Amino acid sequence: MSQWEVVIGIETHAQLATVSKIFSGASTAFGAAPNTQAAPVDLALPGVLPVLNKGAVECAIRFGLAVDAQVARKSVFARKNYFYPDLPKGYQISQFELPVVQGGHVTIVVGQGEKSYEKRVNLTRAHLEEDAGKSLHEDFHGKTGIDLNRAGTPLLEIVTEPDMRSADEAVAYAKALHALVRWIGICDGNMQEGSFRCDANVSVHKPGTPFGTRREIKNLNSFRFLKEAIEYEVRWQIETLEDGGSIQQATVLFDPATGETRAMRSKEDAHDYRYFPDPDLLPLVIGEDWVERTRAALPELPEAKKQRFMADYGLSAYDATGLTASLETADYYEACVAAAGQASAKPCANWVMVDLAARLNKEGLELGQSPVSAVQLGGLVARIADNTISNAIAKKVFEALWAGEGSTADEIIEKQGLKQITDSGAIEKLVDEVLAANAANVAEFKAGKEKAFNALVGQVMKAAKGKANPQQVNDLLRAKLAG
Amino acid sequence: MSLSLSEVQRIAHLARIEVSEAEAETSRNHLNGIFSLIEAMQAVDTSGVEPMAHAQDLSQRLREDRVTHLDEDGSRRAAFQAVAPETEAGLYLVPKVIE
Repeated sequence: MSQWEVVIGIETHAQLATVSKIFSGASTAFGAAPNTQAAPVDLALPGVLPVLNKGAVECAIRFGLAVDAQVARKSVFARKNYFYPDLPKGYQISQFELPVVQGGHVTIVVGQGEKSYEKRVNLTRAHLEEDAGKSLHEDFHGKTGIDLNRAGTPLLEIVTEPDMRSADEAVAYAKALHALVRWIGICDGNMQEGSFRCDANVSVHKPGTPFGTRREIKNLNSFRFLKEAIEYEVRWQIETLEDGGSIQQATVLFDPATGETRAMRSKEDAHDYRYFPDPDLLPLVIGEDWVERTRAALPELPEAKKQRFMADYGLSAYDATGLTASLETADYYEACVAAAGQASAKPCANWVMVDLAARLNKEGLELGQSPVSAVQLGGLVARIADNTISNAIAKKVFEALWAGEGSTADEIIEKQGLKQITDSGAIEKLVDEVLAANAANVAEFKAGKEKAFNALVGQVMKAAKGKANPQQVNDLLRAKLAG
Repeated sequence: MSLSLSEVQRIAHLARIEVSEAEAETSRNHLNGIFSLIEAMQAVDTSGVEPMAHAQDLSQRLREDRVTHLDEDGSRRAAFQAVAPETEAGLYLVPKVIE
């Protein structure tokens, strides 16, 4: 097996976050009654003309800038001809020879921990096109039902070079791209609704020989399916070749129920798309000023933000990567640090990525639905930093904030009397009482049992209802026991 | 260059146009006539001339991203579907298509 090298390229269809279609004024909202969002242009009624949506072009420019690609100053729409009832014109308007985005690259991190590595995946192009309608094959007296609400929805098809060498790299790329399109606000990334779907071109060959014949796995709408489909396909291709067979170029579908891929149609006929420039549309010209205005309006990009988090907040690459997984997370984190103070940047990272994430996960909530705001969490972290409360008490305060028992950490600490006891006189009194009442533990400790010390600390904390400063308790106990 | 009869039949199939043998032969003659015109044009030296994507040297006008087609009560759909051969539950019905 090991002498085979896997080669993967990915084509992604990202549905652009416009309110209207790419060539008509019909809405793109999901879930409307069938064919109520199908305008004459989408229905291909005679005599209609497509008019390009400026918002869709703007999305393409944003993407081109975000992946450091060439935004074509002039690009051309073409007709891709094929017959299918969900495409009433008999052709799809797409781009062929001159796409709007040319080149570019996405940096991916593959794997976790020490074995993880960075890789650059080069993009070939990204082009604007229209989506097709939906065919419903349920029983309509042996017929197929057609809903054209999705027809004409703007898509950006993003095509990579054959740069990936494993299913894990393919998934890392798909996730990075998914995060990026949401980050720059051009796609909602909703995979269940089909807003982000991947096709994987997979082949195997022996290193040093030409690439093998590829098969294209269509319409993978989850990262898990992408991984499973590629892994199955790679095994199948290697087994076929090792058994003396050959691979025929084909389009295949992945069946999640069986975990297998199967050939859909021979590419021979389907590939004869007879592209030609669409005479209904003039060339798309994008001026330098438009590109520059779009560049100025782009948010700080994930990679730049990650580097800044590491430089400004002293975070590890791991923390910085986690906190820049989405723009929402990054914004939350920065608001939290702003409230807690920059010196608490690292504890803020832990609270956001560990405590808050676990709590949200438990309740099945997204960060945007968190009952604890970034400012509230920052206020809490600030009270740990200035020794008003211990970490253990902080977890209680966090729960109280979550439950809405107060609007700020300070209010809860005050109302519930959680302020840490740092008065050494008060702590000393508690320590003396515990030592007097637990002679057995004292004797064990003096006999060399370190565990007995922890038991004594526990007793003091219990007497203090958890509010004594743990470091002071430790120090005082040590001093007394040594004396 | 000239087209063979089977090439004409293949083009007709891709365009979903049914042609008889006689019609295919007529179309072949017409298409070959067009090819000879193209050949005459291809004899012109166009090196250094940027190809045009459209006969008019203009750029595409853009539309603002606004919803202008509203059909909340389905009345426009009803008007469009009045001329459709068959509909049901708001869907256009077509002969069964299975991949």
